[in-house]
Amino acid sequence: MKIKRVLAWINRASQYAEEVYNAPYRAAIARARREEEDLFMLLVFSEMMGVPNPASYYTLELQPLLLERFHDWHKRMGMEHSPLDHFRCC
Amino acid sequence: MNAIFLMLIGLGAMALGYFVYSKFVAEKIFRLDPGFRTPAHEFEDGVDYVPTNKFVLWGHHFTSVAGAAPIVGPAIAVIWGWVPAFLWVVFGTIFFAGVHDAGAIWASNRNKAKSVGSLTGDVVGKRARSIFMIVIFLVLLMVNAVFAVVIAGLLTQFQTSVVPVWGAIVVALIIGQLIYRKMIGLLTVSVVGVVALYALIWVGPSMPLALPELFMGLTDKAQWIILLFVYAAIASLLPVWMLLQPRDYINGLQLFVGLGLLYGAVLLSAPDVVAPAFNDNVPEGTPSMIPLLFVTIACGAISGFHGLVSSGTTSKQLDKETDLRFVGYFGAIGEGCLALAAIIAATAGFATLADWQAIYSGFGQGGVAAFVQGGANILSNGLGFDIELSQTILTVMAVLFAGTTMDTGLRLQRYIFQEWGVIYNINWMQKAAPATLLAVASCLLLAFGAGGDGSGGLLIWPLFGTTNQLLAGLTLLVITVMLARLGRPMLVTLIPLLFLLVMTVLALLIQLKGFYEQANWFLFGLDLVVLAAAILVALECGSTLNRLRSGKAEELEDQS
Repeated sequence: MKIKRVLAWINRASQYAEEVYNAPYRAAIARARREEEDLFMLLVFSEMMGVPNPASYYTLELQPLLLERFHDWHKRMGMEHSPLDHFRCC
Repeated sequence: MNAIFLMLIGLGAMALGYFVYSKFVAEKIFRLDPGFRTPAHEFEDGVDYVPTNKFVLWGHHFTSVAGAAPIVGPAIAVIWGWVPAFLWVVFGTIFFAGVHDAGAIWASNRNKAKSVGSLTGDVVGKRARSIFMIVIFLVLLMVNAVFAVVIAGLLTQFQTSVVPVWGAIVVALIIGQLIYRKMIGLLTVSVVGVVALYALIWVGPSMPLALPELFMGLTDKAQWIILLFVYAAIASLLPVWMLLQPRDYINGLQLFVGLGLLYGAVLLSAPDVVAPAFNDNVPEGTPSMIPLLFVTIACGAISGFHGLVSSGTTSKQLDKETDLRFVGYFGAIGEGCLALAAIIAATAGFATLADWQAIYSGFGQGGVAAFVQGGANILSNGLGFDIELSQTILTVMAVLFAGTTMDTGLRLQRYIFQEWGVIYNINWMQKAAPATLLAVASCLLLAFGAGGDGSGGLLIWPLFGTTNQLLAGLTLLVITVMLARLGRPMLVTLIPLLFLLVMTVLALLIQLKGFYEQANWFLFGLDLVVLAAAILVALECGSTLNRLRSGKAEELEDQS
């Protein structure tokens, strides 16, 4: 019984610590995530509608950041090398 | 007098202030309503507006407002004796800071969680808002320049702290990665982080590091200042989760450990306060206690910076209106405790009066170094730590606080430059890197403007105090006007407001005379800007209250 109580207490303390850690920066991180989602939405939407992508010029800057994730993705999809000619990662 | 009495009286008075005075203010003046729908609920968006548990919010608020200033200010101000500093910290916390911080959250909370800046525009008038923007920029500029000097001074004087101070950055970087990439529970990471930090502190004394005394014509202190700005610029450009967030968190934990150690050591060693109660024999060149005491101790008694945090982020996360008494008022009490610890360390940590006087050989000489040396003596007597280890613990505590304030300050300054870029349509200034460079350049200009050693920041420390108090004055003005409009008693904020304005203007006038006599035209000009802002605030205050009294409230509303 006592051990359960201690564990519950540790659990609660951990939750508090997590909240204290996140509270000051929650806004900044949530905003960054939202911006990433906005960009993704823009890309997907323009792709779907056949609209020339207005963001492609700016997304060039993202290439180094995306490279690692892109590499993970094509490996996960069972492709040994990048399927895109103009986006070679390995 | 024994330091235990000082500690018990101070802590007791602040506890009384929280349980009695803050209750009176919350119930009778602000009339906090548990049923009020706070902006956190009304505009909940998961980003800025998030209802937060009051203990968590207190942690956020307290670590955001507690920087190096509650250590630096009191440790300098004890030069006039411990009684004035002690009284101003205790009464300032109870009657000024607590009401100011809680009031700022209340005012913002009742106005859709707007920041004090935009509230000033709405409640007082557009002119007041323009003054507010200038004052904020000046405060940020001074904070960055001053803290760089303070840290550089500590790093050169206490070389054993170099390894733990810079090592703390590595610890923070690793913690950030562990939490976000490896998804390890925070409690484990916290324990590991604190242990790693204290292990570095333990290693520090055996690995003292120093920069060359002269490098390319720069003294070691000047080299540290430049290095610090390079670090702060990089830190302010990195994503927050990578460095700033884990660093602030570790600092928060470190503050609690440090305060616990210091107060525990006072209890165990029961040192006598060797500094005089009132110092009649002040070193030559020390300015008059009144009004300078009230601007030298800003944080720890009352500080305008708190208003920015209170109305900027805290008010957007308030779950219930009644929570603001705990978050705002008790947050101020937390900082008062830190200031009290600084006073005890800087007055009771010396063996004899002569030792104390040797440290306080001139105004601004004592400061953080006295806190570190005195506090280290207390720690080593009370807990039996090695003296060098104790000094390293306290230096790291002071430096980490100043450091986090600096990189947050630089980030905020960068935002201001970027905003100006948008307003004036200057494309390159809207980008993060050039804006950061501008912010760093303006700080370096201030630091090196007064001489090649980069200590320009410290010369303007009293000016930081006055500017910061002016900011507090503006916040108090907003709260007072709101109370007057609601027809409630407004003396609780009006008296602190008038007191602050009188002391600030007096201090500015005295300093203006000093700068003129020294032919220091840079500081003379800066002083004039702050003085003009102070006078405008006073005039704005008078005219607003006068109009309210003569029942021209509608006219006031039209104007805003």
